[in-house]
Amino acid sequence: MSLEFVLAIYVFLLTVFLGIELINRVPATLHTPLMSATNAIHGIVLIGAMLVAGAADSTLLHALGLIGVILGAGNAVGGFAVTDRMLEMFKKKPVEGQ
Amino acid sequence: MEDFRESVIHIAYIISAALFIIGLKRLSAPASARQGNQLAIGAMTLAFVATLIDPEISTFWTIIIGTLIGGGIGYYLARKVQMTAMPQLVALFNGMGGGTAAVIAVGEFMKFARDGEVSAGEGLSVAFGVTVGCIALTGSLIAGGKLHEIIPSGAIRSPIQMPASILLVLAVGATWVYLLAMGGQETTVWIMFAVALVLGIALVIPIGGGDMPVVVSLLNSMTGLAAAAAGFVLDNQILVIAGALVGASGMLLTVLMSQAMNRPLSNVFFGAFGAAGAGPAAADGEAKPIRQTNADDAAVMLGYAQNVIIVPGYGLAVAQAQHAIRELADELDKRNVNVRYAIHPVAGRMPGHMNVLLAEANVPYDQLFEMEQINGEFQRTDVVLVVGANDVVNPAARTDQSSPIYGMPILNADSAQTIIVMKRSMKPGFAGIENDLFHLDKTRMLFGDAKAALADVIAAVKNV
Repeated sequence: MSLEFVLAIYVFLLTVFLGIELINRVPATLHTPLMSATNAIHGIVLIGAMLVAGAADSTLLHALGLIGVILGAGNAVGGFAVTDRMLEMFKKKPVEGQ
Repeated sequence: MEDFRESVIHIAYIISAALFIIGLKRLSAPASARQGNQLAIGAMTLAFVATLIDPEISTFWTIIIGTLIGGGIGYYLARKVQMTAMPQLVALFNGMGGGTAAVIAVGEFMKFARDGEVSAGEGLSVAFGVTVGCIALTGSLIAGGKLHEIIPSGAIRSPIQMPASILLVLAVGATWVYLLAMGGQETTVWIMFAVALVLGIALVIPIGGGDMPVVVSLLNSMTGLAAAAAGFVLDNQILVIAGALVGASGMLLTVLMSQAMNRPLSNVFFGAFGAAGAGPAAADGEAKPIRQTNADDAAVMLGYAQNVIIVPGYGLAVAQAQHAIRELADELDKRNVNVRYAIHPVAGRMPGHMNVLLAEANVPYDQLFEMEQINGEFQRTDVVLVVGANDVVNPAARTDQSSPIYGMPILNADSAQTIIVMKRSMKPGFAGIENDLFHLDKTRMLFGDAKAALADVIAAVKNV
């Protein structure tokens, strides 16, 4: 195994523990938005698809890259947009009730 | 020059990773959640721009066209879709992410195979990315289809299900062994791709619609892991970090969600919730008596009450009656009736969904109460108005040990003076069980579409 691969495993491991710590005490109200937001964050695969598409040198790879970029961009943009729409509603609670 | 560009990309990725982490932290508290999401958007944008200057990228047209098409579709759906349909939209986006991860793994494998030997690490990452990505893709589409009720939402079971699933798992396992132990070829990866797609369908089809939110959450976590695997394949740290964050937090969220819904994960996958639709409680004989009421009587009960608690359920959301319920609450407020909402943790389709829906209708936050806060108040309440909710007020959860929902925390609606239940029909709820609350002496049933029925009650309240 290459050193890079081993280091990546360390990064992965530490990030897993961090991810669990970060959302440990989240209230049930936020479950839906949080699921939607994390769903958008894994839209980061878009970057991977760009690397495949951009370095493609055969028709098949171009096609795979294009499909990947379309799906990845849909995941990232759509995911963040719908999360923002949800959280916007949470936020515009004015305290003017009193 | 290339060194310089690579340094810039690395620095951008490091900042992006930090922003993702801070964003996720902010997302877990209500006050800072929106800001957290915006930080994550910033992180994504930064990573996107930095990747554009990567020296490995020589063709841009696929990237530009793909981003425009995918981003356009995603943005359009995100803006247009009804808030009630939100869970299935999340499932759809999740499937797209899973598909991306699988496609990346296949594409990179083709390059590895052409350039010579595939190392163990590379082979493992590719196999993981393809398998998990494909399962997440088709699994999410099935889950979304069930939530949208394009696919029958019940648990679809047949005797060949179990053997078929086991066979598919073995087939995927065989492609893994072939790829890792014997180097494998492009064909191996494509077979793995195809079998994993079918496996995703086979795993989700037998699970009932009520458990879909937990399934979507789990698949979300899996897509995160597939993204991390794609990061291993590409030697790309930001993919590893963001993917691992989602994989871990998504897994924890899945556990929290299944706890809130009182559905242990093992039950979700092996239990027969949906299949028990005709279970003992639902089957017990002839119709028990119910007492019907009409809009005028309901208006008198509500209008002359001092304390009213509204229990909203998914039926309210389906009927798009969030605005109507707020209007009714406003009318009652004018008559100095104290109106509160009792929100069960799983009201709607998943935890927190009802809060989003009521927020959309501008229901004041200070009228929304969580179950623990309000459960003691029901006995001092004159009228409870249950709109389109069923299982979350079913006393069987407290008393009937044989009931599939036994042990689920419920709202104590049955301890109020009077209960008005607004419902389309006597059809059982999502869990498919009979509800004794509807047969109590003090319960009045008001049948009809929630929106129309509420409009009638509002008109009647104005006149009493």
